[in-house]
Order: sequence, then structure tokens, then C-alpha cells
Amino acid sequence: MEFRESQAIYLQIAERFFENILQKKWTSGDKIPSIRDMAVEFEVNPNTTMRTFNYLQDKGVIYNKRGIGYFLADDGLEKTIALKKEQFLQEELPLFLRTMQLLGLSLDDLKAYVQKHPLAGS
Amino acid sequence: MITLQDVQFSYKKNKPLFDHLNLTLQPGFIYGLLGKNGAGKTSLLKHIAGLLYPDAGVCNIFGYEAQARNPEMLQDIFLVPEEFALPGVLPASYVKLHAPFYSKFNYEQLNRYLAEFDIPTDTKLANMSYGQKKKFLISFALATNARLLILDEPTNGLDIPSKSQFRKIMASALDEEKVVIISTHQVRDLENLIDNVVVLEKGHIIFNRNIAEISERMAFEHNLRGVDETEILYAEDMQGRRAGIVKNQSGLETRVDLELLFNGIVKDAAVINNHLTY
Repeated sequence: MEFRESQAIYLQIAERFFENILQKKWTSGDKIPSIRDMAVEFEVNPNTTMRTFNYLQDKGVIYNKRGIGYFLADDGLEKTIALKKEQFLQEELPLFLRTMQLLGLSLDDLKAYVQKHPLAGS
Repeated sequence: MITLQDVQFSYKKNKPLFDHLNLTLQPGFIYGLLGKNGAGKTSLLKHIAGLLYPDAGVCNIFGYEAQARNPEMLQDIFLVPEEFALPGVLPASYVKLHAPFYSKFNYEQLNRYLAEFDIPTDTKLANMSYGQKKKFLISFALATNARLLILDEPTNGLDIPSKSQFRKIMASALDEEKVVIISTHQVRDLENLIDNVVVLEKGHIIFNRNIAEISERMAFEHNLRGVDETEILYAEDMQGRRAGIVKNQSGLETRVDLELLFNGIVKDAAVINNHLTY
């Protein structure tokens, strides 16, 4: 895997976990691959994937059964959606709004555009 | 644990290569040893492996003095050099001859690595390409399960798929008992494997820090336009833009750019170290 973004690697790997959860590849109670398996898959140091697991455990997305492995929490999907929403509002939206401002677009312009061009799949 | 204490060494009189060099390495980590050409990286690795003896000072490897070359220590060390010669024998004969020196040698592991690296079993080692020889030696090194693994420029000569296989194999082989030291100029190849950055310059270890600690305190920017000068710890021109290392005030951890970090350390290690220490 090639990492390009400026985010720390362990957080980029967390993003992949979120994708798997949002796409329902992993569902509540599923055992997820081990810290070492993930390190091999992403070609990173296992200490890095361990940080990813600790981060997701702190956020309540996954939990550890001692000696068995890590599992997706019952409310793992809801927690992920809440985290991603917060991330969207705090990090992505300000950039989006800034671009709108630079281009002189208003929210009404966007609304009109979306009505004319309904988004695929929505 | 590995400790080098007040190590002094010179090849020529009055031209010290190491001058009171100190270094501590803990198990469970992969150390990336960086330094300019001629800084003494290979000589340092040879000191740790007991292949060069310090003029003064001590290299202590898991409680053994390296230069005593105690067999108990030697079976727990494997060095993959950058330049090496392998004999004109089949891989199996080489393994039969050398594996018994390593009490924790695992044949199953060896065969798995050799298969992953696609090493032919019916070609004499001396007739293999440089890259194949290197992959054979890396596989053998990992299969010894030595607690100290020293790799000098391991990705040199490896083709593109082999570099990825190498990273996967290293990720699977690290455990909390092992110390891995990788010396390299190919920082891009190994950026995500290294968790401690060690820089050797002018006879000293001028930097030895954990990547997580670095990414908490510093951010690596590829465009410094608009950044306040007081925030900048190091800057250089990169493809027409100003890139550099800045103080990380955001609380968000950013990806460590090892090339920028190395350049920043070589330019002024004190600035970088002070920012990490305050």
C-alpha cells in the first residue's frame, strides 16, 4: 500500500478500518484481523498497527478479548459514523466552504445545482 | 538491550571515526540507521556484531561484550552485509552447513521466505543474481530467529515486487524480543517499517528518537507558503517550492517525511532535538 496523505500512518490505517466498517465488510461482533496480519497487509511496523488498534479501542469502535483477538463493537458502525461526521464537519467542511467562498458560490447555488444534477445512488 | 558506551575507533591515526560514541537500542523496535556516505554506518554495524573492535569503550550486546565473540552471543546475531560472496553450492547445502550454528533456526520459516521471494532451489548460490543472493541471505537471517538482526542496505538490488515482499516479511518477523537495525539510504523503501530514527554524523550519534514522538511534535510540510517563520524548524527548496519541518501545534499527528527529517538533522541537529525535548 502506498501512503500519500500527510496524516500519520496509523491514522491512515484507521481510515481503512472505517471504510471496511462503513461498507459493512465487517459487522458487529466480527473478529478482525490481528495486529500482525494488518502490519503485513499494509507493509508497516507492527508497532504502528498496534497504535491503530489502541486508537480504535479508545474510540470504542473495537474491543479486545484477551488471548482471542479484536472484535468490532456492537455499536461499532454507529461510533464510526459519529466519528466520520465529526471529522467531516471539522476538517473537510471548512475547506469546502473556503473553496465556495473563493469561487463566489452560495449555498443556494449548490442547492440549485444538486436539484438539477441528482447525485448517483442518492 | 544493546549499549555502546564511549566507543572510540579510528582506521588511521589522528583521524577518529568514532569519538566517544554512545548508543542504546531496545528490543521490540526496528531502528533505521541513517548517515551520509562515509559517516561510518557499516563500521558501527561491525562493532555491534563484534567484527571490529573499539580502540576504547564497550559494545555490550545482550550482556556480552561484542568483541569477546562468545558463541552464545554469536548464535543470537545475524548480519546481512551490503557486499558479500556466497559459495558455489546449492541453497540446501549452504543451509545444512550453516543452520546448525543457530539454536533457534526454523526450517519451515526459511522455506516459506524462500518461496515468497521466489528463490530457485536448483541454482548454485554463486550463480544467482545479486538480488536473489541478497533475498536468500535475508531469508536465512530471519530464519535463524537471532535476537539481533543487522541489515546493511537490505533493499539495494531488490526489484520492485521484492521490496514489498521484504516489508511484509519484516512486519511478520518483528517481535518484542528482537532488535532490528537497518542501515539505509533508501528511506522511501523503509519509511513505514522504521520506528526509531538513528543518525550517525561526524563520529557521534546525533539523533535517536521514536517516530511517534517525532510526529506528535513536528509536522512535515511540502509547501511552506503562509507559514510563520517562527514556526519553521528547517526549510529547503523542493521542486521550486519551499518545503520543511514545522512545529506541530495542531495536535494532529502527521506523517514523518524521513528525507526532510534527515536533511533537517544534518543541517542542525540541536534545533530538532531541542524542539523534541522541551
